[in-house]
Amino acid sequence: MDRIIEFSKHVQFTFGDSVLEIFYLIASVLFIMGLKMLSHPDSAKKGNLWAAAGMVIAIVATLLLHRHNGQKMGNFGLIFFAISIGTIVGWIIARRVKMTKMPEMVSIFNGMGGAAAALISLMEFPHINKELIAQHGLLNWQALVIFLGLIIGSVSFAGSIIAFGKLDGRIKDIRSLTLRIVNIFMVIIIVALTIYIMTRGNVDPAELSPLVYALLAISLIYGVLFVMPIGGADMPVVISLLNSFTGIAAAMGGFLYDNLVMLTGGILVGSAGTILTFLMCKAMNRSLLNVIVGSFGGGTVAVETEQGSIREISLIDTAILLTYSRKVMVVPGYGLAVAQAQHLAYELDSILQDKGVDVKYAIHPVAGRMPGHMNVLLAEADVPYDKLLESDKANDEMESVDVVIVIGANDVVNPAAEDDPSSPIYGMPIVKTLKAKNVIVMKRGMGKGYAAIENSLFNHEKTRMLFGNAKETLQKLITEVKNI
Amino acid sequence: MEAILQFIYVNAEALFIVILSIFLGIEVISHVPAVLHTPLMSGANAIHGVVVIGAIIVLGHAETGLSMVLGFFAVLLGTLNVVGGFVVTDRMLEMFKKKPKK
Repeated sequence: MDRIIEFSKHVQFTFGDSVLEIFYLIASVLFIMGLKMLSHPDSAKKGNLWAAAGMVIAIVATLLLHRHNGQKMGNFGLIFFAISIGTIVGWIIARRVKMTKMPEMVSIFNGMGGAAAALISLMEFPHINKELIAQHGLLNWQALVIFLGLIIGSVSFAGSIIAFGKLDGRIKDIRSLTLRIVNIFMVIIIVALTIYIMTRGNVDPAELSPLVYALLAISLIYGVLFVMPIGGADMPVVISLLNSFTGIAAAMGGFLYDNLVMLTGGILVGSAGTILTFLMCKAMNRSLLNVIVGSFGGGTVAVETEQGSIREISLIDTAILLTYSRKVMVVPGYGLAVAQAQHLAYELDSILQDKGVDVKYAIHPVAGRMPGHMNVLLAEADVPYDKLLESDKANDEMESVDVVIVIGANDVVNPAAEDDPSSPIYGMPIVKTLKAKNVIVMKRGMGKGYAAIENSLFNHEKTRMLFGNAKETLQKLITEVKNI
Repeated sequence: MEAILQFIYVNAEALFIVILSIFLGIEVISHVPAVLHTPLMSGANAIHGVVVIGAIIVLGHAETGLSMVLGFFAVLLGTLNVVGGFVVTDRMLEMFKKKPKK
């Protein structure tokens, strides 16, 4: 009770404030419910709308009711202008982008959030509570959350932009021992600079602005260098990690403004994102550290180039083999996604189905560029859920499969993961295509997969290669199958 | 040290919320099927767009020209995060709807 009385002395109770808190509470509940519903296929779409409704409530309530030290907000023209542009541009980009580019979009929007968090910190730094500074100098909690928001937000922004570039194929991986050392060095500089600024004692924060801008710049550079050495195949893990970073950066804003909806939303995403990151790492049987250090593939790994004989198969033979099979398993990969061939894959499936062939799909957890990415693409092509098997289940059925068609997948079917302890992907669960009777690999050429390692599957005696662009090849294959 | 204790005292309720939210986030995510990993990540991505509220507050009280410009961009980027995030998620999930055969 004493505490409540003491508390009420400090807080000027106003009607608007309490209503605002109620709206924030409603918004927080909607976020939680939304996230919960998003984790079930049937309610997922509704869950997303609930969370969006929560966001609208929180934003509108803030605009109408927020007071800062009893002062109403101003600059409404600018605020509405920014929100309008953001809404229109965001809406158009998100609507127009191709389904295959979804991971890129998640990455770029994540970066925007990180940048917003960093900008908030940048602007709030000169406004740190004067009493706090008088009491403790800059070594106070407001300065701490501001710096954390600044550093995490800008790392997340720069990292997301690089991740976007890598997914888009515009930025190549750079791996070197020097970069690794530089990265460790960068972290030390960031921590040291933060401590240096915070121990400046009782000064006007505005005087330290140049140092804060330096901290921003170094954090941005670190964000770039942090993602640079990480292989393209690991981008989903990185995006998920950066996603949780932005969540934490948003939560720092929650501390700063004593704003509970920012706090709940941010932390919720921070913890959910972290767990999701670990789940993804687990699906690839790698540790997070391993991903971040970036030891996947590349020039440092000694690769034995056993050039066994590659056997090709003609379209007509493929068509005959497929038509006279009882059970066919499709293993789709990013190649299928890039070629936008998911509709054709399903068309082939339907024709074979009519001819009495049982067609299933084996979906590796990291097929495509993000976990679940392949499911989204195949669902777009109307492939029914029950045809999509997770790789464990597919492997159980594999012995009864007559033909496996690998379309544009490489690393997820590489037997080296099982039998070559020296391989960088050793230990990653794969789709065990060799348990089936025949394997057809549809591929553009003999290029390596994202992990840049040889695939002995292609040389195996059970395997036949069908070279060509996934879309054109499937198109021709459909014609051939129809003619039989 | 005193600063840390003060932080804990001033933000006691917030810290409770943080701890509980961490558990909540873990609980909500841990049983999700792999199929929904991407939409879920995208949905979570949209939710951390809540940072836009901080941006609105900052711009709403901005006085100097520089802080108005920075605040403007903060609100703009935050809104992009929110709108883009939710719309992309919605599009992904549209694919999961059971469509009647044409």
